[in-house]
Amino acid sequence: MSDEWPLWEVFVRGRHGLSHRHVGSLHAPDAETAIRNGRDVYTRRNEGVSIWVVEARHISATAPGDKGPLFEPSEDKVYRHPSFYDIPDDVGQM
Amino acid sequence: MYAQMVKSTGRGVKSPEEMTPEERAFQARIDADEKIEPRDWMPDGYRKNLIRQIGQHAHSEIVGQLPEGNWITRAPTLERKMILLAKVQDEAGHGLYLYAAAETLGVSRDAMTEDLLSGRMKYSSIFNYPTLTWADMGAVGWLVDGAAIMNQVPLQRTSYGPYARAMVRICKEESFHQRQGFDIMMKMAQGSPAQKRMAQDALNRFWYPSLMMFGPSDATSVHSAQSMAWRIKINSNDELRQKFVDQTVPQAEYLGLTVPDDGLAWNAEKGGYDFTEPDWEEFFAVLKGDGPCNAERLQARQKAWDDGAWVREGLLAHGRKRRAAGIAAQ
Repeated sequence: MSDEWPLWEVFVRGRHGLSHRHVGSLHAPDAETAIRNGRDVYTRRNEGVSIWVVEARHISATAPGDKGPLFEPSEDKVYRHPSFYDIPDDVGQM
Repeated sequence: MYAQMVKSTGRGVKSPEEMTPEERAFQARIDADEKIEPRDWMPDGYRKNLIRQIGQHAHSEIVGQLPEGNWITRAPTLERKMILLAKVQDEAGHGLYLYAAAETLGVSRDAMTEDLLSGRMKYSSIFNYPTLTWADMGAVGWLVDGAAIMNQVPLQRTSYGPYARAMVRICKEESFHQRQGFDIMMKMAQGSPAQKRMAQDALNRFWYPSLMMFGPSDATSVHSAQSMAWRIKINSNDELRQKFVDQTVPQAEYLGLTVPDDGLAWNAEKGGYDFTEPDWEEFFAVLKGDGPCNAERLQARQKAWDDGAWVREGLLAHGRKRRAAGIAAQ
């Protein structure tokens, strides 16, 4: 049988109340083993307190070609950033 | 290095005029230090070249477990045994990160394993040398991992995102490997006369094979020129070898050991050591399969692959059955 174990993406929450972050991938026959292997591979040096795994085929993603239409429109909306507004120093901290 | 003599397109670097508009845009992204990600357009040669390089690197990590695994059951103390186990476990992890990076380019892990076993894909020449004494564990960590670091630190800036990210993880762990090796060398070199002789013997045997890890001079190689243009190779082989010698010779002096090279001399003008090149005939023979341990290494990999088949198949069948029954992890 030349079938490979499915590919899983591994997400780890670091110690400091952060979100889970993608750290890498691995092959595993099921979710339980993926979590156990993820622990062995990605948290050998205290890198995490919680692990998520998801089979790679379940992830939907934007296509590289969509980068322009999706993300460029926000470039000219500078008024969405606080630095756009000039508040006189006299007003104090804001 | 861990990836030696990786062949590129062999046609040399195209000038901007020779490139298609897609290739030009791609090269511009690399020149602007942008990372290329798995689903981005890339030239076929870039993809093939990377698969060969990352695959060879991954195989080296996995085969590299064998010479050190050889000493786990015979480590002199329980502490040394735990350290060596942790190091060998790291190498398995490094292999995994790299296989995963290669897989993003559209090659399967099984296909890479089969290419290793059939000899179509190579691994670093260094792992075809035997580890005869405990001092070799010191020499391997100090010299072999030291040489690997020389190559891997710049590769953290390589153009292919998944490869660069794998390198960041690997480099973080690699420093422990080199230091534990040097720690073993220090103990041996400061030990009894017999221990010091073992340390010197290990240095004698691993010095030139370590220099070979960087590969022969590639100053005129079209493959390297293309790889450098694509930023999947950052420094020339000679550059890295020189850096390695300059860093390592003072460390040998600190240990009170002698680098086995009569031609070794400080060259104030170039600000580095002059040294004797390794025997490149030997390098090519080892790469071709005629090293002291080539057959043994491949046999061990083949045996692990064959003996593990029932585990892979059994767990896959079990996973499928559970999925069909709708049982999740928790």
